[in-house]
Amino acid sequence: MPVRPVISGVGSPDALGQALAGAQYLASEPLATAAYLALALGKPLLLEGAPGVGKTEAAVALGAVLSRRIVRLQCYEGIDAAAALYEWNYPRQMLAIRQAGEGHLNLYADEFLLERPLLEALRAPDDCLLLIDEIDRSDHEFEAFLLEFLSDFQISIPETGTIRAARAPVVVLTSNRTRDLHEALRRRCVYHWIDYPDPALEAEIVMARASTVARSTADAVVASVNLLRAEPLAKPPGVAETIEWAEAATLLNSQGAAWPAAFRRAIGVALKDQDDLTYMAQRFDAVLPGEAA
Amino acid sequence: MTGALPPAIRPFVQFAAVLREHRFAVSPDQTIDFIEGVGLLGPRSIEDVRSAARALFAIPPEREAEFDALFRAIFFGQTIAAPAPSEDDDEGETEAHEPGGEIEIEAEEDEEEAGAEATVVERLSHREIVGAEDEALARFARLAPERLPRRRSYRRARARKGDQPDIRRAIRAAARRDGEIMVLPRRRRKERQRRIVLLIDVSASMKAETDAALRFAHALAQAADRVEIFTLGTRLTRITPALAPAGREQALARAASLIADIDGGTRIGDALQAFLAVPRYAGFARGAAVIVLSDGLERGDPAEMVDAVRRLSRAAWTLDWLTPLKADADFAPRTGALSAILPYLDQLGAGGRVEAVADHVLNIARAS
Repeated sequence: MPVRPVISGVGSPDALGQALAGAQYLASEPLATAAYLALALGKPLLLEGAPGVGKTEAAVALGAVLSRRIVRLQCYEGIDAAAALYEWNYPRQMLAIRQAGEGHLNLYADEFLLERPLLEALRAPDDCLLLIDEIDRSDHEFEAFLLEFLSDFQISIPETGTIRAARAPVVVLTSNRTRDLHEALRRRCVYHWIDYPDPALEAEIVMARASTVARSTADAVVASVNLLRAEPLAKPPGVAETIEWAEAATLLNSQGAAWPAAFRRAIGVALKDQDDLTYMAQRFDAVLPGEAA
Repeated sequence: MTGALPPAIRPFVQFAAVLREHRFAVSPDQTIDFIEGVGLLGPRSIEDVRSAARALFAIPPEREAEFDALFRAIFFGQTIAAPAPSEDDDEGETEAHEPGGEIEIEAEEDEEEAGAEATVVERLSHREIVGAEDEALARFARLAPERLPRRRSYRRARARKGDQPDIRRAIRAAARRDGEIMVLPRRRRKERQRRIVLLIDVSASMKAETDAALRFAHALAQAADRVEIFTLGTRLTRITPALAPAGREQALARAASLIADIDGGTRIGDALQAFLAVPRYAGFARGAAVIVLSDGLERGDPAEMVDAVRRLSRAAWTLDWLTPLKADADFAPRTGALSAILPYLDQLGAGGRVEAVADHVLNIARAS
């Protein structure tokens, strides 16, 4: 398997990590390593982790670093090849048949083909990044189909023939691990398990993403979010919730609310489940951030 | 086998072999990629090698401790810098870990008493099978394909009486007939079996029913396409993969070796909470027919159990609780926990005997 010419300006995992940081995504070192290896070896990158740890964000940042547009395929239960690959534009075909009358007509010309994400990525492997989101929500059949796609990067359209990518496109898959993916699929990919970032890194992320938040506020919010994650909640707050909570509390504070009260009133952006809120209601004082200057 | 390799990469190939020995699924092309990846990183530290191995062998997070122990065993004290070709690298360090050599794994694993395990295996495999029960299981296997609960799939398939026109087919037919559409083929959404989640209480109070429940679980695992089976005791154990073999003896022996807490205390609440806390498991329950085989005699805090049942019932399509106590005609849920969860259950049925459980599962689709 030939090693790709390494992407310009990204000659090592550290360089990739810095480039990602430039794209507002602070990657941990193992993640930068995994992403670098995926790019260099031309393999898909499979990111697994709890909801809200920034899997999709990582893919978007990677797209920004490589200056490629993101082609996103959102998986769902029952997704089929038609939604992922291509469909024929039936109404236009009908019209064309009517208009052609006696004339010659190629019913399966490109103009009647509706590109879906996988086909789009195959046709422009050099300027897009294919993001296959939440693959664990799709069915096993679709996974098997995807396996074939990811090993050959070609699609057979019965009416026209086979479309093959000149080069393997950059592919990122994400999974919330609501079910286990097939071993064969995991083997095809470079794998990384994204965990919740450690407190220092998460505070950095909050600072990078929310410009209005003071350092002390970020630290306080991250500390209490980590306490919340230790509780048995239905929906533990992800990184996005941390950022929103810090922003919301800062906003309320700037309008004159005192700190602990501001945090408490903004809790709705961190906990988004009624049961979690009632469960935490009696224990708020234990996890609420204290004074943040 | 590894003799023909350049000495510099021998440890990497051996590492892959050792991983394979320890039940990590490692393929040859992953090994090649791993060696290539290490070369690419131009390793500055052993940490690079470790992260490359973790990413390229796709190590699942829950086995990381085990993996790290193996990694240390192989690479500890070995320098990765390529030695000069003239140097002979075959010092004891690599020889000690030839495939077949034992490596002490220091990962934290749940210690199981081999003695207790053996008796459980014996109990499950060497016992007289009751004829009536076998008959019930055979009947279940026969009826399951058509009687297990089903849900509509998102996919459409060709159907005589579909709810949507199948435009694709129509166009193709029309193209053959100069654009005239003679008949309109139709499509309908297919059906597929709805996932079944079976939670079996294996505590001491259920001792008499545990064996029968596991035999039914095996029959269910064989008959259903989508099924997940867990045991609840002092902790939660997923036994779905163990029940995959068609041979009952083998499957039950495998399941028994997994269940460390058989006949232990009952902490259903904790075990259910643990079930809901793992996103993947909670995902199994979403939209599924969930069946709990338990007497509901909770030693722990009943509030935990009630809370867990409430959350479970919200995720599940149906939640049925089968208790062996219900076999008595004058049974009414008397224990606090059982009467407290009653509002969240779709059905409180009779469990305990395989015939009753099998009948119940076959009738879920009709009841709802």
